Amino acid sequence: MQNIYQIYAQLNTWNSILPEILLALLALSFLVIEITLPKEKHNYIPKIAFWGQVMLLIGALAYFTFSENLIYGESFSGLIKHSMRGELMRIFFLFCSVLVTYMANFYFKHHEKLSQTEFYPILLLITAGLMLLVQSNNFIMLFVTLETVTIGFYVLVSYRRLQAQSLEAGLKYLILGAFSSAILLFGIVLLYGVCGNPNLSYSSSDPMNFSSLEIFTSANSDNILVLAGAILVLAGIAFKIGAVPFQIWIPDVYQGAPIPTTAFLAVASKAAGFIVLINLIEGPFAPLRDSLVPLLSAMAVVTILFGNLGALSQRNIKRLLGLSGIAHAGYLLIGVVASFYITWAGDAVLFYLYTYMFASFAVFIVVGLVTPNDDTNQTLDDYKNLFKENSFLGGVLVIGLGSLAGIPPLAGFIGKFLIFVAAYQAKLYGLLAIAVIGVVISIYYYFGWIMEVVYRHNKYPVDKTDDELAKPEWAYVGIAPRLILGCLASITVILGIYQGMLKYLFL
Amino acid sequence: MDVITDFAFFEPLFQILDSFVGNWLQSYIDMDFAINKILLIAAIQIPILSALVLLIFGKISDKFVKNLAVIAFFIPAIIACWLWSAYNIVGSSGFAYFSDTYTGLELFGISLKLGLNGISLPLFVLAALVGLAAGLYAVYSVTDNLRHYLTLLLLMHGGLMGIFASIDIFFFYFFHELALIPTFIMIARWGGPGRRSAAIEMTIYLTLGALLSLIGLIGIYLESGLGSFDIISLRKHLAEFPLSEITEKYLFGLLLFGFGILVSLWPFHSWAPRGYGSAPTSAAMLHAGVLKKFGLYGIIQIGAPLLPIGATQWTNLLLFLALGNIIIIGFVTLAQKDLKQLIGYSSVMHMGYAFLGIVCLSTIGIGGAVLIMFAHGLSISLLFLLSTCIYKRSNTLDMRQMGGLATKAPVLAFFFIAAILAGIGLPGFANFWGEITVFIGLWQYKPILVFPAILGIVLSAIYGLRAISSIFYGPIPESLNYKLNSETSVADSKQENQNESIDLNYGEKMPAAILLVTLVIVGFWPKSISDFINGSVVEIYPKSYHTKTVSNLDNNN
Repeated sequence: MQNIYQIYAQLNTWNSILPEILLALLALSFLVIEITLPKEKHNYIPKIAFWGQVMLLIGALAYFTFSENLIYGESFSGLIKHSMRGELMRIFFLFCSVLVTYMANFYFKHHEKLSQTEFYPILLLITAGLMLLVQSNNFIMLFVTLETVTIGFYVLVSYRRLQAQSLEAGLKYLILGAFSSAILLFGIVLLYGVCGNPNLSYSSSDPMNFSSLEIFTSANSDNILVLAGAILVLAGIAFKIGAVPFQIWIPDVYQGAPIPTTAFLAVASKAAGFIVLINLIEGPFAPLRDSLVPLLSAMAVVTILFGNLGALSQRNIKRLLGLSGIAHAGYLLIGVVASFYITWAGDAVLFYLYTYMFASFAVFIVVGLVTPNDDTNQTLDDYKNLFKENSFLGGVLVIGLGSLAGIPPLAGFIGKFLIFVAAYQAKLYGLLAIAVIGVVISIYYYFGWIMEVVYRHNKYPVDKTDDELAKPEWAYVGIAPRLILGCLASITVILGIYQGMLKYLFL
Repeated sequence: MDVITDFAFFEPLFQILDSFVGNWLQSYIDMDFAINKILLIAAIQIPILSALVLLIFGKISDKFVKNLAVIAFFIPAIIACWLWSAYNIVGSSGFAYFSDTYTGLELFGISLKLGLNGISLPLFVLAALVGLAAGLYAVYSVTDNLRHYLTLLLLMHGGLMGIFASIDIFFFYFFHELALIPTFIMIARWGGPGRRSAAIEMTIYLTLGALLSLIGLIGIYLESGLGSFDIISLRKHLAEFPLSEITEKYLFGLLLFGFGILVSLWPFHSWAPRGYGSAPTSAAMLHAGVLKKFGLYGIIQIGAPLLPIGATQWTNLLLFLALGNIIIIGFVTLAQKDLKQLIGYSSVMHMGYAFLGIVCLSTIGIGGAVLIMFAHGLSISLLFLLSTCIYKRSNTLDMRQMGGLATKAPVLAFFFIAAILAGIGLPGFANFWGEITVFIGLWQYKPILVFPAILGIVLSAIYGLRAISSIFYGPIPESLNYKLNSETSVADSKQENQNESIDLNYGEKMPAAILLVTLVIVGFWPKSISDFINGSVVEIYPKSYHTKTVSNLDNNN
């Protein structure tokens, strides 16, 4: 034990998790700020959160782009593994967090009864947790960060505590989340048990570590306990990514949670789940390919079909987004399965996640703007004449939905294309066919939504009074949402045409 | 008698026609300016950039919007005509005006390679001309939210120009989808009755077709093992190392059905008449005239040359489906009472001839298919344009309620009759050359097949002439009051309206004239495109498709 402390003292690896530390410090500083700042000046808190994170994001981007000596390798005695993927995911989560901060700021302006000061520290801590989660190289680290994230989300989901729907969502998320954590933990314990058993060959004294676990699993890939442990771990992660059969919480929770939380849950939490999955598959679970591929393939098929068919007749916007998100999880699972065979498939998944993030946030922000006061029961009908009344919002929504549907020249197409190429190269023809069916089904609801936006409705009924004819609230969009939405839409278009960013991925 | 296998049959006739028209172009023929490749890129970029300008700058005057759009539609057309005239017959091996731009996906062998060969050149010109006509018509007729309409139309136009200029298969697909989505929005926003379901149906159908073909294209890319999406290197590689028979069969099947859905191959055609019926005119013109040719172009340029063994295995089925297009849809067209539906169905039907040309898998059949694509694109977009003109005057599309329009609007009648006759395949129009070459190819393939194909011509003559007679001749029905129902005349008082001529106005005449003149020019001077087609088809198809007289033709060139 003395030895380990000595090593830590010498290594001085704290700067390798500097972004996480800064985020956590920022989060903690809010606790001080809230007490010291007079109550009427509490509206500075979202601004501090937003700009603090923007600066962090710029710093991370600059560091990533210009730094010659990025540290790749393990730190903290193998708890954390730094990689290109980890760096990119840090930027990803910071980007998400900045956008969620903006959405939350807008949201609280229309929900003044809610106290807003607690939201931001929790958000920042979740972001820091997500960043560590995707870089974790040890099951202890993985579980601790996962729980940090999940517990944060329990609070954020039920944040609108005066409303029954939000509380219901929080309770559902809590029960199912706790359940899935238990499953995950059980899987980890099984793996720990077998890998730490000195009677088995290649057993390790550090069985939680992915590297030593990988050595062990490749030697004992037919061990039934290893397999059981792996499947239970995958089940725990499947809850995070919303894959069938662990998807049932998604529509209810998405609908009940406040829209910033929904967006964060839909994008960041899901992305983290996928990156963890890929880290595991490229690491300790790689030797279990023959058993896991059929399992994950079946999961992908059912997930794609469930998500798309469920969304087909859905008119509630948040449920629709949740169900379509399940379908996206299915497409991504194809990429995950392909990553058993093809080295670059994991990077294709990462690219898909980026395109999904830009498009999803564009859509979520517009959803938040369309009915700012109550988004829980927003339906497709709320989008009538949106393009006519406000062609900017309409145009951004069309771009976002088009990208989600995977239509060129938008980024979502490139993401799907890479997944398709990977799947074909891995000879997953059946999955490819299901994906094509899924995409065609998804056209119906995505374009059904676009249809509501752009459809030329006949003139208003004559008997309506002037008050009823008054323009809805979303007719005016301020400069800040214009800027943010414009950025998201143009990134979506540019990434669809020029994929220079990919050079960081496919090296 | 020697077997006729090629355009060589028409060579004496072409020579005569050529001596009238072609001589003044001779001086350009050997030139290949470096600037031409820049012009080719510009022809794609200008519409897209103009669309972006229109999209971003919201507060601009209507006049500026119109002028910018007219310029953006004219420049590609001028460039296309210039590239057409400067296209080098002698150097027609491979692609002229080749250029290569990196877009960040070069690790997958994808980069924006542009160029034109003899097959893509006519279609490129077609896209430019139909785009010009559709754009001019839109500028002069659309009043509801013109800026957004033109934005989408320009975006679509840019995509269309890109499809036929792409050498890279990935971008070939990419540009198609780029052109497809504006169509959906235009139908939903500016379309006619029934647009909601028609737009969704069309988009789902077309996405299904596009995705199937995308999988097929990915298949070609990966199975070839070359790591490149570029047609030229794929062609060279696959000529040396062909794929296994079973792989070719499956890949060609994917391409055939994927592209077939996009071309409204029977029985996957139901989206076409409904979609065109409710689409706004310019969108219908561009889609039926140009975008639909994407699938045929894909089979001719990519599918059949790269997968020759696969192609032969599907011809029997394709023959059956193509005859379904001609005979079954021919009879369905006969039964139509609605003018737009009639035109929509006739466009489905005429695609059958192009497919028959592909079925032959001979140089002449495929060359004929390209000619049909070119000619049909012009004539069908002319018909869609004119049918809207008729609707604006009669306020109905039901042909049973119309009659006697020729006395009120002689110019409109002239254009419409010319377009219908072109569609039937009257000599003097470009369609004639396409159909007759396909028939000759078909005769060589199986003589008996020419008879059902001829039956199709009879059917199209029946419905075409019947449409002419019921719209333009006979007494004017009492229930019908012809008046020009455009935005300008609504503002006018009724008194003025009585004296006003209801014939085609300037904004309608100009696009119609562009299309008709091109049809007639190519009809009288088919060598202007047939030489290029011939050269490229002979070059890219395996030797088994050619027969003896090909060498004679090469000597002639």
